[in-house]
Amino acid sequence: MLTRGAFIPFVVAGDPSLADTERFVDALAEEDADVVELGVPFSDAIADGPVIQAASERAATHVTLTDVLALAARIKSRHPRLGLVLFTYLNPVFRLGFRRFAAAARAHGVDAALVVDLPPEEADEHREAMAEAGVKTVFLASPTTSPARLRRIAEASTGFVYYVSRAGVTGERAALSSTLAAEVARLREVTDKPIAVGFGISTPEQAAEVARFADGVVVGSAFVRAIAEGGDAVGRIREMVRSLAGFKRP
Amino acid sequence: MIPGRFGPFGGRYAPETLVGPLEELEAAWTEARADVAFARELDHLLRTYVGRETPLTRADRLTAHCGGARIYLKREDLTHTGAHKINNALGQALLARRMGKRRVVAETGAGQHGVATATVAALFGLECVVYMGRVDMERQAPNVHRMGLLGARVVPVDAGTRTLKDAVSEAMRDWVTNVTDTFYVLGSALGPHPYPTMVRDLQAVIGREARAQILEAEGRLPDELVACVGGGSNAIGLFHAFLDDDVALTGVEAGGRGLAPGEHAARFAGGSPGVLQGTHTYVLQDDAGQIQATHSVSAGLDYAAVGPEHAWLRAQGRATYVHATDDEALAAFHALARLEGILPALESAHAIAYALRRAPELGPERVLLVNLSGRGDKDLATVRAC
Repeated sequence: MLTRGAFIPFVVAGDPSLADTERFVDALAEEDADVVELGVPFSDAIADGPVIQAASERAATHVTLTDVLALAARIKSRHPRLGLVLFTYLNPVFRLGFRRFAAAARAHGVDAALVVDLPPEEADEHREAMAEAGVKTVFLASPTTSPARLRRIAEASTGFVYYVSRAGVTGERAALSSTLAAEVARLREVTDKPIAVGFGISTPEQAAEVARFADGVVVGSAFVRAIAEGGDAVGRIREMVRSLAGFKRP
Repeated sequence: MIPGRFGPFGGRYAPETLVGPLEELEAAWTEARADVAFARELDHLLRTYVGRETPLTRADRLTAHCGGARIYLKREDLTHTGAHKINNALGQALLARRMGKRRVVAETGAGQHGVATATVAALFGLECVVYMGRVDMERQAPNVHRMGLLGARVVPVDAGTRTLKDAVSEAMRDWVTNVTDTFYVLGSALGPHPYPTMVRDLQAVIGREARAQILEAEGRLPDELVACVGGGSNAIGLFHAFLDDDVALTGVEAGGRGLAPGEHAARFAGGSPGVLQGTHTYVLQDDAGQIQATHSVSAGLDYAAVGPEHAWLRAQGRATYVHATDDEALAAFHALARLEGILPALESAHAIAYALRRAPELGPERVLLVNLSGRGDKDLATVRAC
């Protein structure tokens, strides 16, 4: 689902409203986004930095996982070639049930799901349900992941492997980790699956740098912040994609 | 049983960046707890620094007032820093030092765990950062001041409900960002494996002492143990030595202003199984799996999830969980002050509140042992305002 040179923006579904998110994703798809990560709002986003955390908290008061699935179906019907990945915390999925979640994801045109607080060791039921429904799984690998676990994570990921660019929460950072390219190379040694890199990428220069060694580049907080600023968010998003995905047009 | 699981509960539902450090922590703890030298140092400090063992007090006037079972109080309020939290903080700080970490972070609700962590950080010369919800900083101001005096930096948390849950999230975010040099001293029997097990092991000293003390005082075991349950570390610490005995175990949750959503923290009364902050347990949540706001007059019980081992003890029918309201806890606070000359922490006052109800139901030949998990000096402003 991920070909080399993919640009993957992330937005929090329902921030500020589901209708707005739909317009934002239209803009992302019309520009150069290959895959969109839809963040499912959660009240306690422990893996997220202040920007996404605040957006998630705002949206969690009025948006449910079921709403996000319905949004995904609307998006997919208009943009059938756009890859759709749900980025969610476990509890809403757990509450719905792994089987029902997987079946609903399939029915609503979701291509893959990443459950951020569900490492492969705890994910048997999720993986089985997703395989049965025919929806792909994405798991995180990070700089603190041991070599043995890198292999396990790559095996469990049927869509792509998502590499966390540095230890920490989501959010924009001034510089990339100097060892990032080597870490992604280390991951390549244990898997042929596509690798997307995210957490901390927010500038065109950083995106271009990461695109040299990764298959997909994820940008999240920068978009979420641009949306939170209000005004002509759609216009800002379009411009951001043009510059951030500049690496696709050398 | 799978390590890290209590029946179906517990587990390690952590973001990937924390999985490696949690494995490292588990290995270090497994090694340390089997090391005689570590146990000896911990025991030495528990005696000479914390002031253990803590007494078991027979509460004669409280007993007479209730007109039923004889009530004993396990006096964790008499430890250095004034609550059971120091037992765990000391053990984890020793482990942090053993692992070569120079910085510790902690969350705190009532401030007792924050004070305990700041205290042991000073003792061992570690840098200390404590996350505390803005609401809790206001209602537990003396503990905020205390932490500052001990050299810790207290960081206010303005996210979410601005209470214990949000402080835990913020401490986890700090740990995930600074994982190479930082140790997360988690204060209750919560969170991803190995924390619920490690915290219980470090608090089990309460029950071991209490068991020997009641045998000496009464020549027999008590009929029932009582402890308040926020995350549940003082309760699991008391219960553990008695699990194989014919002794009833009762945990008391915060009933707040009643059982409407957002008005309490009685997870077993109003919650359902879910996953929060790394562990599978009973959680207060809505139909869509969003975590609900909580309320309790006591900051230490004001939390949306309960320690996973309690969920398992309840599922097996081994322990029973009840709740006491804010008003009952406040009445119990005053009763204990007037009848026994002890100001209990508002958390512990919930356990006393249940004992006030329970003792008259039992005959005078019965024995009730209540964990007085902390002292109430920190709560004077709250009590005065109520």
